[in-house]
Amino acid sequence: MTATDETGKEARMAGLSDLITGGRPIASHRPWPRVVVDEATWQAVMAQLADGNPTLLGLWGEAAGVHIALCDEAAEAIVVLSLDCADGRYPSVGAQHPPAIRPERAAQDLFGLTPIGLPDTRPWLDHGRWGLSRPLGAAAVPRDPAYAFLAAEGESLHQIPVGPVHAGIIEPGHFRFSASGETVVRLEERLGYVHKGIEGLMAGATLEQGARLAGRVSGDSTVAYALAFARAVEAALGVEVPERAHWLRALMAELERVANHLGDIGAICNDAAFSLMHAQCGILREQVLRASDTCFGHRLMRDRIIPGGVTVDLTLDGAASLRRLVAALRRRFPALIELYDNTASLQDRTVGTGVLALDRARQFGAGGFVGRASGRRFDARRSMRYPPYDRLAFEVPTLEAGDVNARIWVRIREVGQSLDLIDMILDALPAGALRLEVPAAAGEGLALVEGFRGDILVWLRLAEDGRIARCHLRDPSWFQWPLLEAAIEGNIVADFPLCNKSFNCSYSGHDL
Amino acid sequence: MRKLLFESLIRLPVTEPAPAPDDAALAELGEALGLAARRRLGRSLAIREVDAGSCNGCELEIHALNNAYYDIERFGLRFVASPRHADVLLVTGPVTKNMREALERTHVATPDPKWVVAVGDCAVDGGCFASSYAVVGSVAAVIPVDLRIPGCPPAPIAMLKGLLALLEPDTRRAVQRPAAAG
Ligand code: SF4
Repeated sequence: MTATDETGKEARMAGLSDLITGGRPIASHRPWPRVVVDEATWQAVMAQLADGNPTLLGLWGEAAGVHIALCDEAAEAIVVLSLDCADGRYPSVGAQHPPAIRPERAAQDLFGLTPIGLPDTRPWLDHGRWGLSRPLGAAAVPRDPAYAFLAAEGESLHQIPVGPVHAGIIEPGHFRFSASGETVVRLEERLGYVHKGIEGLMAGATLEQGARLAGRVSGDSTVAYALAFARAVEAALGVEVPERAHWLRALMAELERVANHLGDIGAICNDAAFSLMHAQCGILREQVLRASDTCFGHRLMRDRIIPGGVTVDLTLDGAASLRRLVAALRRRFPALIELYDNTASLQDRTVGTGVLALDRARQFGAGGFVGRASGRRFDARRSMRYPPYDRLAFEVPTLEAGDVNARIWVRIREVGQSLDLIDMILDALPAGALRLEVPAAAGEGLALVEGFRGDILVWLRLAEDGRIARCHLRDPSWFQWPLLEAAIEGNIVADFPLCNKSFNCSYSGHDL
Repeated sequence: MRKLLFESLIRLPVTEPAPAPDDAALAELGEALGLAARRRLGRSLAIREVDAGSCNGCELEIHALNNAYYDIERFGLRFVASPRHADVLLVTGPVTKNMREALERTHVATPDPKWVVAVGDCAVDGGCFASSYAVVGSVAAVIPVDLRIPGCPPAPIAMLKGLLALLEPDTRRAVQRPAAAG
């Protein structure tokens, strides 16, 4: 890094910190600062967000206030800003910065917080079926289930409603297409069908219950969620887990990434009617799951990461089986890449389909392959350098085209990258303890962890007795789902499954 | 591509030998299923998967049933796109309040005779989401369930054992259930 880089970084950080110096810092919040600000500062930050820096990492509510997490990507710094809203109202962030609209609608549904100026005041997670409204807020009153979809006007437009129950083995959600002949003019998503009230269940839960819930927010990212939750708890309590635990956690995280990417690559090709790739990738994915089961006792490695460390050790036999797995994948995967690359009829479907522009990806802070296929170079492993990634050398594969093909290629490259990381982790795995007992104490913590789909944010506050007072879990999908609506515009309806699969947003992770 | 296809010809298949049907599942089914239903459905079943609120972990393992290792189609079990084509509803997740109506409607859209299989701890008893304001609870709280396959998620082999029990012509223990006999 050059000297000018460093100076630039400091200047930018100063920009963010200047804004918040007037605020009241919360001492118990770790590792990044949380500052309670006044409305003027809140407004000033909104203007900055609209300008493109910092990036909005999340927005969530509480009974008495609203929080936003901001990331200055260049400075690799995070800050949480809080605004007290005693009367339940606050100036809407979404009014100036569209990525905040859905989180604000969700916070309105859950807590009854009213964002003044929010352009879209329809409910989001609340479908009027809970028997109450504002379940986590003050007063609970039933709500009317009516919901008006946005209009698309023009000659000979027709609407295609799809879901919530879809034609495949996938999660439920509703898509409302307005099409002109074959071409999609507008897609409107309606989500929230699998809302399980996880943040409600978190309130008052023990850390053990919390870890189980976190690992069940989005099943495909169970390792990443458990890791993010554990890191947030450890930050809140100011404890550092044993070295070996850091490395085993990363090992599981990389196995999860490889398994999911393999599954995705096959499934995307399958949606382009190329089932050979699907079958072959399915075999490799199964091999990863079996090796995970052998080493960690669960195919998805669920409930293996807990606050304080990990619950299972890797044996010598286990390490040997992972070496064999990596070798087998390195042997077989290149033939599949070649198959993908050399099948013109398949490329015909994926190249140029569902293009997401870089400025959109930046605006929404799109993480994972969605952002990186459009040129947004952000990876929490690299930018936040949590252990052991601070001691591992790896690239962040980034492409520019932003189409389905690019999203496949980013995954292909990341599989290779993760296999290298697994090798490096096995080489460097230190001996020692697996976990420590975490004390029961109060504190606030935030963690940002790179799951296979992008960065997962967990923010929590622990009460004096060590129980969870409030926990917010933000799936990367929150900032990817809206982009799918943008990417599909002008494509044909028949390419929607392909685009959707290439984004592979989580319904459960989003609906919570 | 030719190389890959050729290799597939000479390589031994990775498919696992068929597991024996699960005893517990057999017993549960024996009590629940009508003889007439079994006769009518024979040995080929069309399955419609319904996610009624799952975390998507169960879906991952249901997907795995289609991979070359488990190859569920060799048993005459296949996944279909519409409940109207289905004999079996495979339901996952704690049923959320937002999904309840969709599940009920899917159930109504499935022609009789039909069986409902609850897959995963959540579908069996609501799992760790049972006490939430947003969750109805188990699948059985919404529609009648014939078979339960616990696990979080159940491994594909456990699901396969349970589903194979559906195909067992074990008539002696079968008890008539009017709804299923339709
Ligand atoms: S049983 Fe487990 S894997 Fe299945 S939906 Fe429930 S939490 Fe997810």
